[in-house]
Amino acid sequence: MKAGSNLEKVLEAGHFAVTGELGPPRGNNVEEVRHKAAHLKGIVESVNITDNQTAVVRMSSWAACKILLDEGLEPNFQMTVRDRNRIGLQSDLLGATALGIKNVLCLSGDHQRFGDHPEGKNVFDLDSMQWIALCKKMRDEKKFLNDKELDGAPEIFIGAASNPFGDPFSFRPMRLAKKVAAGTDFIQTQCIYNMDKFREFMKRVVDLGLHEKCYILGGVTPMKSVGMAKYMAKFVPGMDVPEEIVKRLTDAGKKNAAEEGIKIAIESIHQLKEMEGVAGVHVMAIEWEHRAKEIIEGAGLLPRPKVD
Amino acid sequence: MIVGDSKPLEEILEMIRDKGKVLVLGCRGCVTVCNVGGEKEVGILATALRIAVKKQGWQTEIGERTLERQCDPEYIEELADDIEDYDAVVSIACGVGPQFVSERFPEIRVYPGINTTFIGGALEHGVWVERCQSCGNCLVHHFGGLCPIARCSKSLMNGPCGGSANAKCEIDPNVDCVWHLIVEKMEKMGRLQELAEVWPVKNWLTSRDGGPRKRVREDLKQ
Repeated sequence: MKAGSNLEKVLEAGHFAVTGELGPPRGNNVEEVRHKAAHLKGIVESVNITDNQTAVVRMSSWAACKILLDEGLEPNFQMTVRDRNRIGLQSDLLGATALGIKNVLCLSGDHQRFGDHPEGKNVFDLDSMQWIALCKKMRDEKKFLNDKELDGAPEIFIGAASNPFGDPFSFRPMRLAKKVAAGTDFIQTQCIYNMDKFREFMKRVVDLGLHEKCYILGGVTPMKSVGMAKYMAKFVPGMDVPEEIVKRLTDAGKKNAAEEGIKIAIESIHQLKEMEGVAGVHVMAIEWEHRAKEIIEGAGLLPRPKVD
Repeated sequence: MIVGDSKPLEEILEMIRDKGKVLVLGCRGCVTVCNVGGEKEVGILATALRIAVKKQGWQTEIGERTLERQCDPEYIEELADDIEDYDAVVSIACGVGPQFVSERFPEIRVYPGINTTFIGGALEHGVWVERCQSCGNCLVHHFGGLCPIARCSKSLMNGPCGGSANAKCEIDPNVDCVWHLIVEKMEKMGRLQELAEVWPVKNWLTSRDGGPRKRVREDLKQ
């Protein structure tokens, strides 16, 4: 055991794991975090807390993580390298783990031009790969980047993201291999809508043996509407939404589009469960936390296993 | 001008290991002015490499050439006549040079022979200093003609930090505190009051932070 987190235990025990996601509010509204957390309690192993996602300023991820801990949920602390240099990253990791946070997800982060402060400077002192390696070094060697000894090292389960749908496709498995070599313990993928392409990606990943070196959780996000599907298809970089998905939602009619979106998500989970190398699913019901249970239950994944 | 430093000979030697014929390629632009990448430096580096190669017992041949500029496809094109004879190019232009050469001749390995360091000027012969960070929104006229973005270690816009001592920066006693200079200059010009204004947060979109930059002049495009 590297961190002894619930997520790690469930994966180690060989169960098909489920993680959720929660976006902190655009303010210090604690009740909002508690409210969203309540919907996810008991239905997932742990919950990703986004770090100023899409470069829009929100309550800090570590603080929202702490609120979740207090509510009895396990958080996955997302950390982007966009806003913090090596000093800030290492310091925040120490602070977060001091508060009891055990899972960390190392990310590049969306460029600030996408967000609500596009005029800002960017940091990117480290890239996500280097941050994964540094997290591992801090945990395993108990040292800072500069090789100085830590007075108390973080015990963390290290995660990272992978987007099988980013270009160039041929490099994606190699980039995942680099993350594994850097020291990631688990991977959560970008939302999967193009299952054929993901299957091809996983085939290459399995050929490289990467699924035996880290746990890979497939990303699933339910479509709430035709508009959302069209928006994601057109405007979200690195997102692959096949026409077939848009058509299914359109054919369902405005009233039933959301139900159809949930149905598609459940079908996706069923397919992921059967796919070699996939160790679980990451259900990102963005601003739709109250519908997460329907999806997870619908996919036959409740109750969640208890591992001590 | 763009200022650079020569890479150590050992580093360049390692780059050209196992290469049969290598072209040392200079540029008559900025790097000639800052004495790091012009025709003269091409000769010096080529000679040094020939000696080093011989010492290693390699058969490497070293050629020499200097283009008018390496940041212009028109001059890069001149290489087309005999580039095929070479296994590698060591460009001693700024970082633009090796990229333009390898974009035009994708089949040849191109190595950078210098490290591009900053946009600056010469204080005296042999001494260059950084003066511009190419933030894309020049404000030097508000600061007595001195740039706090490029020359203050923290890019502060509203006066010296607490670490300014004896007109020097806290990071190094050899670095001037530009804010000390700005204050002195504005005082002398009777404009000190202008510095009382609080500068708002800067828009960094025009700088590198906003992503790689490109400039298109429709009136010049053909």
